[in-house]
Amino acid sequence: MPLVGTPVPRLEAPDKVTGAACYVDDFALPGMIYGVTVRSPGPRGRIRRIRLGDGIPWEEITVVTARDIPGDNVVALINDDQPCLAAEVYNHAEEAVVLLAHRDRALLERARRQVHLDVEPLPPVLTIDDALAAREVIWGTDNIIKSYLVEQGDVEAALREADLVVQGEYETGAQEHLYIEPNGMVAVATPEDGVTVWGSLQCPYYVQKALMRLFRLPPERTRVVQLETGGGFGGKEDYPSMIAAHAALLSWKAGGVPVKIVYDRTEDMLATTKRHPSRTRHRTGLRRDGTLVALDIDFVIDGGAYSTLSQVVLSRGTIHAAGPYRCDNVRIRGRAVATNTPPRGAFRGFGAPQSLFALERHLDVVARAAGLPPEELRRRNFIRRGERLAVGQQVRDGVDLPALLERALQVSGWTERKNRFRQENQRGTIRRGLGLSCFLHGTGFTGSGESHLASTVALEGTAEGRVRVLTSSTEIGQGTNTIFSQIAADALGVGGEIIEVPRPDTAAVPDSGPTVASRTCTIVGKLIETAALSLRQQLLEEGLLPLPYTTGDFQAACAAYVRQRGALRATARYQPPPGIHWDEVRFRGDAYGAYSWAVYVAQVRVDLCTYQAQVEEFWTVQEVGRVVNPTLAAGQIEGGVAQAIGWALYEHVAWQEGRMANCRMTDYIIPTTMDIPPIHVWFEEAPYPYGAFGAKGLGELPMDGPAPAILNAIHDALGVSICRVPATPEVIYDALSREEALV
Amino acid sequence: MRFDVAAYKLRTPQSVQEALAWMAAEPGALRPLAGGTDLMVLLAAGKLPGGQFVNLWPLRELRTIEVTSDSVTLGALTTYSDVQAHPVLQQEFPMLVEAARQTGGWAIQNRGTLGGNIGNASPAADSPPALLCYDAELELRSAQGSRWLPYHGFHTGYRQTLLRPDEIIARLRLPRRRGQRLHCYRKVGPRQAQAISKVCFAGCADLEDGRLVSVRIALGGVAPTVVRCPETEHILAAATSPAALDEAAARASLSRQMAPIDDIRSTARYRRRVAENLLGQFVAVLRLHPGWATP
Ligand SMILES: Cc1cc2nc3c(=O)[nH]c(=O)nc-3n(C[C@H](O)[C@H](O)[C@H](O)COP(=O)(O)OP(=O)(O)OC[C@H]3O[C@@H](n4cnc5c(N)ncnc54)[C@H](O)[C@@H]3O)c2cc1C
Repeated sequence: MPLVGTPVPRLEAPDKVTGAACYVDDFALPGMIYGVTVRSPGPRGRIRRIRLGDGIPWEEITVVTARDIPGDNVVALINDDQPCLAAEVYNHAEEAVVLLAHRDRALLERARRQVHLDVEPLPPVLTIDDALAAREVIWGTDNIIKSYLVEQGDVEAALREADLVVQGEYETGAQEHLYIEPNGMVAVATPEDGVTVWGSLQCPYYVQKALMRLFRLPPERTRVVQLETGGGFGGKEDYPSMIAAHAALLSWKAGGVPVKIVYDRTEDMLATTKRHPSRTRHRTGLRRDGTLVALDIDFVIDGGAYSTLSQVVLSRGTIHAAGPYRCDNVRIRGRAVATNTPPRGAFRGFGAPQSLFALERHLDVVARAAGLPPEELRRRNFIRRGERLAVGQQVRDGVDLPALLERALQVSGWTERKNRFRQENQRGTIRRGLGLSCFLHGTGFTGSGESHLASTVALEGTAEGRVRVLTSSTEIGQGTNTIFSQIAADALGVGGEIIEVPRPDTAAVPDSGPTVASRTCTIVGKLIETAALSLRQQLLEEGLLPLPYTTGDFQAACAAYVRQRGALRATARYQPPPGIHWDEVRFRGDAYGAYSWAVYVAQVRVDLCTYQAQVEEFWTVQEVGRVVNPTLAAGQIEGGVAQAIGWALYEHVAWQEGRMANCRMTDYIIPTTMDIPPIHVWFEEAPYPYGAFGAKGLGELPMDGPAPAILNAIHDALGVSICRVPATPEVIYDALSREEALV
Repeated sequence: MRFDVAAYKLRTPQSVQEALAWMAAEPGALRPLAGGTDLMVLLAAGKLPGGQFVNLWPLRELRTIEVTSDSVTLGALTTYSDVQAHPVLQQEFPMLVEAARQTGGWAIQNRGTLGGNIGNASPAADSPPALLCYDAELELRSAQGSRWLPYHGFHTGYRQTLLRPDEIIARLRLPRRRGQRLHCYRKVGPRQAQAISKVCFAGCADLEDGRLVSVRIALGGVAPTVVRCPETEHILAAATSPAALDEAAARASLSRQMAPIDDIRSTARYRRRVAENLLGQFVAVLRLHPGWATP
């Protein structure tokens, strides 16, 4: 019986539920000591001197500064501009400067408070406007980390000739990942044996690359082992390299003693990455009948003090900025700027939620200006199969956006509810509204990313007749292990019980790329499917496998092969789908192998006494290719919608001098189950031939659509347009009182 | 880990007397620990000064609810779960029950105490507005004896109280009242549960023979302490009929009795406006009350 398409339960669930799962905080090595980090006091300055205060037995404590780094003082990623430890200058609050290690954590805390940094503060750049004004230059020559331009047709001419031009400005705030398990690492490092780290992470080979550069070590002496990881959402994509480096530097200086660093929630919130804040300006031209004739989009994201992944976040955000619509004249200018704030990093959606928020919020404003219902404006401009997106990519998917929209309107009872709310909103202090959004999300790395990665997976048959799936793709709570075993089992034609998915260890698994970009199931899964077919083929060619065969026959064949021939192993390496071309220089072409598509509807209630907006019900309709595991897929959609509701209404990072002031779960408000409505999930399945069993990416998609749908619903409820998230009660109150002041 | 366990000493007494004797012997050196739901948060944040703590939690004598014909007396260790389960409180002091129901989640409700909520002296705490409206009195006890004070006036400034360093809050007394009483409690936090109030409103009104005889209003989150709003109470209590309730004057007076601030949780103007809106809701409920004499 095939497993793909069925709700196979999560393989690691029993261990998690019974407490047997070993997270980094549970992991110990003999003689292990603890590490802590001394951080910069303000957003920008020069470090004059590091003084060790009185009353601490410093001779017992391992103290590491930038001078102790054996190789290059960088966290290698893309531009290699981020130091592992600040040396002469610091560029953001809470930047790591000094590391301390000792076995006694209480002493260590006292010691941490006795490390005094004598600094000379420098004027900081704290906002996007400050960065663009470039009165202080903190990055490159103009504070611009990266810019992209997408151009098609003649925007200025089209705007001149348009019947109607509508402008708008939209902002989104930072967002904390708030994975349930904070970041942490354990390291053992010596010049003789090299470096080994164990920890909570998404991308083992990113960590390896950073450690190799820092210690000048070859890959075979730099080993990274993932432990059970309690969530990531992108927050464990680049930052684990930093903590791994810190733990390893301490161990190296302490003579190879194992060192553990685990952040508490506050340190995790203060120091690690966030979603990029953004500002988008739109100028949109349309014809009287609602046809979009010009989209002029200026998209800026705030990357923080170092570039980390900002340029790739920017490229995805820029490409998604024009949404799932057809328009002959498009100009999208994307820029990532630097500010003196902790570097922003990957976060579910990776730039797309920001630019899609602006577009989908703006289109509701445009629809009102054009006198069209919001759904009608979209319906008239949907991209259709065979047409080209703004980057010039021809849509080849079997997408039918009008049908998705129709379904969303129908399942949400759109028209009936709208009429009812219009009546009910006449009385009392509760206002209700409905809003929708239409969007797309590109599967896998942007542009030539997947070709550069050239991911590899391996399948291994064992002497016991089992099959091991070897990849560097991490299980971080999303179900990687389960879907991989489903895919391998079905491709091999065997039961799932003989499949093993070992936890990634760079000494044992090939590099199947990072666990990001909604690529694991579709792209890595496809490689597993391919490798599995080739493993099966080897057994068939050797005449060891009868046709048809049972799982038992397969096990016997595996065992026989290993006995007779030695290792049974099949690998597969990524090949781009045929006919895919991306021109990085002109920033045009096939940006992604495939897109997932969706229409979301939100019902919102606003209390005019407290100005609190609450989502009462949520409908999602999406086309994601084949659904490999319906329970896990629905879980991704529900979780993503919940996380996006947080971003849209509750999660406000209170920056004070470039530092997160509300760095506790008491004050950084994420929604609880009491704030999350019923979420309805509908999948349309149009199998994608180059994804595992037809799957496309779906993990990030649900982060893109909710915020604009919710703010559109607020607009519908109140008649007031709010153009930034989070739309906290304070923001809604201010918007309403501005309206009041106008009348 | 932001704290050093060795810096804290927790002493568990056999009786209230023993606790008070320790506190008398070293005035100011021992801090009471009840449910610990405020203190443990400070500890984890590295913000709890080291020193000695006296563990009140096992002292059953402080966890009683006594009902007489004219009052209900609650031990300081009464938890939010105890409050919610008590039939007389449900019947006669629904705002306290509602405050308890909206405090934290179940774990906090099983461990957090009324004495701790008062002793912690946060202006954003959720029980105090209800207690103020119900004219609660506090029993403060030391080795020298005990004294009863009206709760109103106990908080003298931001996190400052009339409690002496050798005293504990032992009990709270709520006078019972027969007759028609209207209760209106609303907590406004940033989300539906597990939230610290931005504004918390409690209001009650007593009607006798179809006339309003007294109105009490208290607010949390809008000043350095929880506040009673006597000026507003007088304005409303002066009304002789629903139509005479002067909402505009009441709103304006409320504003004068608040001193909200901008902080990481909200803004002063939001707190001010929401407090007024909550008052507006109270007035609306009061207007519709069936207890008014028909003209
Ligand atoms: C997750 C969470 C959610 C919360 N939600 C809410 C909420 O919604 N609303 C709300 O109001 N509060 C909330 N709190 C705060 C806290 O739970 C309450 O203030 C609770 O009532 C404190 O009681 P306790 O017994 O735990 O106090 P403790 O932590 O033991 O003590 C608090 C303070 O009071 C002093 N104290 C305690 N008992 C006495 C006494 N008998 N005499 C003199 N001084 C005393 C202590 O010395 C200390 O200074 C929350 C806390 C947490 C951790």
